[in-house]
Amino acid sequence: MKDRYLELVSKYTPKENILKNAVVTFLAGGILGTLCELLLRGYMMWFSLSRSESGVMVILTLIVISSILTALGVFDYCVSKLKSALIIPITGFAHSITSAALEYRKEGLVLGIGANIFKLAGSVIVFGIVSVYVFGIIRLLIMGG
Amino acid sequence: METYIYSFLFCGFVCMISQLILDNTKLTPGHVTSLFVVIGALLDISGIYDKIVLYCGAGAIIPITSFGHLLIHGAMDIASENGFMGLALGIFDLTSVGISIAVVSAFFLALVFKPRH
Repeated sequence: MKDRYLELVSKYTPKENILKNAVVTFLAGGILGTLCELLLRGYMMWFSLSRSESGVMVILTLIVISSILTALGVFDYCVSKLKSALIIPITGFAHSITSAALEYRKEGLVLGIGANIFKLAGSVIVFGIVSVYVFGIIRLLIMGG
Repeated sequence: METYIYSFLFCGFVCMISQLILDNTKLTPGHVTSLFVVIGALLDISGIYDKIVLYCGAGAIIPITSFGHLLIHGAMDIASENGFMGLALGIFDLTSVGISIAVVSAFFLALVFKPRH
């Protein structure tokens, strides 16, 4: 019975075309990176910022744009087409925070938004902090900085 | 001009690797982003990621690996002056911008918009 079920599941699970996905994400991710480089040069020119400052501005722009697109419901459609080309850049981080906030809004401000806003993005922050402590202590002890 | 090409190649490469991991294993996007943050923190050793940013520009700033790199970079900057306490003091020095803006915009957008399915 169980074998039959698994057989049916594998028959009706849509086959992901791995090669096509890889090419699409490579192109889409590359185009996003190139556009951001263009925007970074633009910020340096328009506001006469240094390179690192305009890098921060680029990150802010991406976060705000992807939050608004998530709230409008457009972002999920884009992710279904472009896949991890939108998940791995900082847009995915903003998307996970905004979608969690929208999802749990109905449970109230404190217990809904406040408690659940890091539900998806929390793993990134936790593993970031833990790895910084581990690598940082190792580097301070062995290499001295 | 070369920065645009390297930017395209690096950002596309990182996204492609993550998509290959997603397609060929049972890991979820949450696993992959956490993994890439750890890799970014690891690549800060002896300034490897700083060199990538120098050559690839924004293509190296926007992937989530840059988040791990910025976390440990801020921490090690302060730690070089204050020793071990610097790790705790400086850990969010460079990334607080991204986290706080994401939280504030998500909060106000959630007040205004309804979720759509």
